[in-house]
Amino acid sequence: MKILVAVKRVVDYNVKVRVKADGAGVDIANVKMSMNPFDEIAVEEAVRLKEKGMATEVVAVSCGVAQCQETLRTAMAIGADRGILVETSEELQPLAVAKLLQRLVEREKPDIVILGKQAIDDDCNQTGQMLAALLGRPQGTFASKVEVEGGRVRVTREVDGGLETVSLATPAVVTTDLRLNEPRYVTLPNIMKAKKKPLEVLKPAELGVDVAPRLETVSVREPSTRKAGVKVADVAGLVEKLKNEAKVI
Amino acid sequence: MTTYTAPLKDMQFVLHELAGLDAIARLPGYEEVSPDLVDSVLEGAATFASEIWGPLNQVGDQEGLKHHDDGRVTTPKGFIEAYAKFVESGWNGLRFDPDFGGQGLPKLVDTAVMEMWNASNMAFSMAPLLTQGAIEALFLRGSDDQKQRFLHKMVSGEWTGTMNLTEPQAGSDLGLIRSKATPRGDHYLIQGQKIFISFGEHDLTDNIVHLVLARTPTAPEGVKGISLFVVPKFLVNEDGSLGERNDVRCVSIEHKMGIHASPTAVLAFGDGGGAIGYLVGEENRGLEYMFIMMNEARFGVGVQGLAVADRAYQLALAWAKDRVQGKDATAPKGPSVPIIRHPDVRRMLMSMKSRVEAMRALAYVVAAMIDQAHRAPDEAARASAHAGVDLLIPILKAWCTETGIEVASTGIQVHGGMGFIEETGASQHLRDARITSIYEGTTGIQANDLVGRKVLRDGGRSMAALIGQIADVCDELERSGDAQLKAIGQRLRDGSRCMADAVEWIMATGSRDLNAVLAGAVPFLHLCGVVCGGWQMARAALTAQRKLAAGDGDLPFYRAKIATARFFADQDLTRAAGLRDAAIHAAAGTMALAEEQF
Repeated sequence: MKILVAVKRVVDYNVKVRVKADGAGVDIANVKMSMNPFDEIAVEEAVRLKEKGMATEVVAVSCGVAQCQETLRTAMAIGADRGILVETSEELQPLAVAKLLQRLVEREKPDIVILGKQAIDDDCNQTGQMLAALLGRPQGTFASKVEVEGGRVRVTREVDGGLETVSLATPAVVTTDLRLNEPRYVTLPNIMKAKKKPLEVLKPAELGVDVAPRLETVSVREPSTRKAGVKVADVAGLVEKLKNEAKVI
Repeated sequence: MTTYTAPLKDMQFVLHELAGLDAIARLPGYEEVSPDLVDSVLEGAATFASEIWGPLNQVGDQEGLKHHDDGRVTTPKGFIEAYAKFVESGWNGLRFDPDFGGQGLPKLVDTAVMEMWNASNMAFSMAPLLTQGAIEALFLRGSDDQKQRFLHKMVSGEWTGTMNLTEPQAGSDLGLIRSKATPRGDHYLIQGQKIFISFGEHDLTDNIVHLVLARTPTAPEGVKGISLFVVPKFLVNEDGSLGERNDVRCVSIEHKMGIHASPTAVLAFGDGGGAIGYLVGEENRGLEYMFIMMNEARFGVGVQGLAVADRAYQLALAWAKDRVQGKDATAPKGPSVPIIRHPDVRRMLMSMKSRVEAMRALAYVVAAMIDQAHRAPDEAARASAHAGVDLLIPILKAWCTETGIEVASTGIQVHGGMGFIEETGASQHLRDARITSIYEGTTGIQANDLVGRKVLRDGGRSMAALIGQIADVCDELERSGDAQLKAIGQRLRDGSRCMADAVEWIMATGSRDLNAVLAGAVPFLHLCGVVCGGWQMARAALTAQRKLAAGDGDLPFYRAKIATARFFADQDLTRAAGLRDAAIHAAAGTMALAEEQF
């Protein structure tokens, strides 16, 4: 069984992001970048399946700028066997990434594709679902448990109000939730080995995909800062404000 | 709980721009050391340091160690699991020979990683630090059998190592060692008591490999009669499995000012008749073998000074940004402000930051010289790197540890009254740092080594080469045409002149009045430290200026680097003249009183 894992290079979760002065986006110049935490969980799950003998090969894929190679090396240090980078400096939106992954799935023929449920930069939560739709294959999103049995994948999903378990025919698309696993610390020998693992670099055109953005970013703003509170004279004053100003009752 | 974040940006700047990582990667055997590999290694270590060791630092300080009646020593909560994870992650073998399971990375990379271990948890770092020293000794002088028997598990970290030198009557003067080694066939029976043995007993691993200095029955008196033995806590069978418990017991552990989670053991060898020990190398050459490692051990302690200083700086900085107290002096009617807005708090933070960066630059540059001294293909290049290392080690060791103590003390000051309260964690850094200027040769010993061996015996040659290198940097600063850089250059030139004056005086005085030179040795060492720190900060400023001119990379970082170098030049390099005078004129006051007048 072969597993394809998609990983995205994002601003590190410890970094306090700043919006560019012109409102065109978030300033990522000279900011620490690392693997999207949900994708790290995806890689960890794939590697665990391999270590349990359920999978034979784990292929990590990333789409984006040349520096995404570092993200792929991290995936390989966790235990992925090889990496593929679809290199482009174009802004990539979920549909474009899903199409690129679709082509790679057709080429690599994995039994399971594991992705993070969303990326912590744009919080889209779309790529996995779009990929499943493009492939016409089943999906198990927000996974908190993944089991492989008899050519099917049993996915326990975190849904409102509890857990839902689905059984998917392979090939299938799985997206990870936070509680699926706790990624390991990369070991020094594996960091060293990762440098020697194969890493293929492709261009979107080679996969026949047009990655031009379909959506235009109109503006990006910081969340508005909290305003100072006011003291109300009595309960009637409070009710009046809740009703007419805050409009919550 | 206080947190640690490895300063990866500055580390990478120093590695690539000042210490010449690319030149190290061209040395034989280091061909695979690409910049992106090093970045991955540093990131992996940074995560481990901040998430595993960092959170245990205060726990280790508060809980400390327990010595039990049966001689066992138990470590604070969480240490066993953290150490197991450390071994499992393969960090211990970073710089050792791949034949013994290491990764064979350069000293330069190891230094950055050791800074992280020490900054995140100095007490813990004593375990790998001592193990590294023991591995080095066995690797260089052990027999093939000894290497095969011990090194694999020491390189992985499954067993730790210790260095048993000190005895109650033999501290800085190892010639007074009394421990005995009696030949018995293929081994010796060791008897005696050793004190101050870091990680001499603990519960992190199932074996401990002690390296012990002792005298054979026929040994001559003094330093020429000391041999080195390997004495494992559990004997190791042919097949590598553990055999009988050896006759070595931990009698007690010391109650110390700092590094509470690092067991400092009193070890009794041979109370039950004799501990089995195996001779390392030849008889009577033990001290010589120890000296091979001395430079690197001293270097390692210098890095501790740097590391604790950085941790103290991080803590003080977080406090200064968070603590709101007093008004902005220029807006007395305005709101209360975080104390980082007050100029004197700024001054303290800048003094911490600039010293940390100067120490880091100097330490990594020396680490790269150590790599060159070992691996440069050209004999002359090796020799010149070796001479540079020999000169700079006592400076680095003493200056970085004394400065580390000062920075940790400033960290407390930034906290105000709360700095004196244990809860903030600021005092731990000062208590931990305090030992660094003492062990592996006190500041006084380093200063004597500097003036005695490295200046006088060397005929001032290495010193002249160093002063020449600094002069080149001054010229470059002068030629830059930039006002900031020229100002830094002038300070550096003045400082370097003071150093040259002092060297000239030492050379002229040493042969006729050695006491006068030794009385001023510590101020002289401080002078050298400040000038070397200023030299590296000036190089950093030059690089930053080049990057700014090219519009290349993180421009705010480079602007901050130049401002920090300027601060160091104005605040620390300006002390050079005072230190020169203190060094040259020390004898008049220092040696004037008769002993009974004290």
